[in-house]
Amino acid sequence: MRRLSLGFVAAALFSLPAAAGPAPDLKSLSVALPDAGTMLSGEGSDVANANCLGCHSVEMVLDQPALPRTVWEAEVAKMIKAYKAPIASQDVTAIVDYLASIKSAK
Amino acid sequence: MRDNGLIPSGVTRRRVLTRAGAAGLALAIRPAWADASVHLPLPGGPTARPLTTDFPQKGEMILQRARPPLLETPFEVFDEGVFTPNDRFYVRWHWSGLPTSIDVDTYRLAVRGHVEKPLSLALKEILSLPQFEIAAVNQCSGNSRGLFQPRVAGGEWGNGAMGNARWSGVRLKDVLDLAGVKAGAIQVRFSGLDDPVTDGAPRFRKSLDVDHARDGEAMIAYAMNGEPLPLLNGYPLRLVVPGWYGTYWIKMLNDIEVIDSADDNFWMKSAYLIPDTPLANMKPGGAGVKMIPINRMTPRSFITNVRAGQTIAANAPTLARGIAFGGDAGVSRVDFSSDGGKTWAPATLGADEGKYSFRRWEAQFVLADKGAATLAVRCVNEGGLVQPDTANWNPSGYMRNVIEQTPVVVV
Repeated sequence: MRRLSLGFVAAALFSLPAAAGPAPDLKSLSVALPDAGTMLSGEGSDVANANCLGCHSVEMVLDQPALPRTVWEAEVAKMIKAYKAPIASQDVTAIVDYLASIKSAK
Repeated sequence: MRDNGLIPSGVTRRRVLTRAGAAGLALAIRPAWADASVHLPLPGGPTARPLTTDFPQKGEMILQRARPPLLETPFEVFDEGVFTPNDRFYVRWHWSGLPTSIDVDTYRLAVRGHVEKPLSLALKEILSLPQFEIAAVNQCSGNSRGLFQPRVAGGEWGNGAMGNARWSGVRLKDVLDLAGVKAGAIQVRFSGLDDPVTDGAPRFRKSLDVDHARDGEAMIAYAMNGEPLPLLNGYPLRLVVPGWYGTYWIKMLNDIEVIDSADDNFWMKSAYLIPDTPLANMKPGGAGVKMIPINRMTPRSFITNVRAGQTIAANAPTLARGIAFGGDAGVSRVDFSSDGGKTWAPATLGADEGKYSFRRWEAQFVLADKGAATLAVRCVNEGGLVQPDTANWNPSGYMRNVIEQTPVVVV
């Protein structure tokens, strides 16, 4: 006979979800999301703040690893081409310069 | 007390300095509401992520991105049981134009396109259909992306962009049959209430083949773990596609469109693509590989009660335990190794909650030699697929399922 350890008994107790039952009573719901208004900082950040943060908050930039400049060029191009970021063509190089300056790899 | 006493505190906390000044500059770029942090073992970093309790209906989560929200489940949650609590379940949105209010009286789910009778279903009509329930893992395509080497751009997740729940709702097949799928239908396309925030940008939409959509397992969930979904997990309705990556599990589902051609929208044709190779693996930087839409999940397993760097007493029987899942098939076997994968022994499996669920495993081991040692765990699924010894790589950081290794110190 297969023996389950005490660990499994405890795990089973923790694992019990509510049993299948009647459909839940769905109620109208309103929530507030936290403010995500933090800005990028440092030399050259103005153009990144103006062009990047309309769609996403700063962690999308700050939590990236060091990446080659070519990758940053491709990322900015993707934001424009695929996700329709309204970035003026004359700002592209400055944005890539900033990203490469804070997250660069050979 | 939920553990066996072997577990150190789950996360490294540090109080963030709040005073202004030069010393605080590096911290000042972090959101003001982050007051504790966790370190994820991402090669080359950055490793620090704030912990946050500021998102509605969510408990403490790892902040990957505030807007649109990317919230990761802290890994210690997976040691607590096979069902991930709703308030700790990971969150991933593509566009920040997601509604923060849901009116259950006016909410409608459209079923349209290549059907006999287009429908606009109220929630109460959906709730009145026969109930279907299934336990299933929802895992982000890019779960563990931050562990890729070479690193790739994207949401830099650790291993916590996954969760398991018991989903309640209605079969997608039943809803499609109400509308009557016409002959010649090829795919079914799904979208939710989240709007793009730039003009002309592609609304997030995903498609399944008609036969898949009508397989009797794909479903529309109105509850997870017996409760309504948190808004950030898709309230009031989300698609559940057991065995497939979370990208298909459309949240705030309000539109089902049956189409008579293969979907060529951006999110199917250009995004979420993997190399058409075993385990979606290719040479880093390689080119000329055929790419296909991501689809079925692969097996994974994790040790949840021993952390990297933890000390283990020499010559003492020690318990390792964790979770495994088979991907698109059940867990056939979980093997445990205390010598870095040189030798393996089957672990004991816990209760079977269904083939798409997390499954508990545990194994006893004894380490005699003091010094460094490596624990490892691997899952074999019922399709015979086994986790690989070496990590896969692809340019988007998808489908990581390498055998996880946990270094420990024997004292």
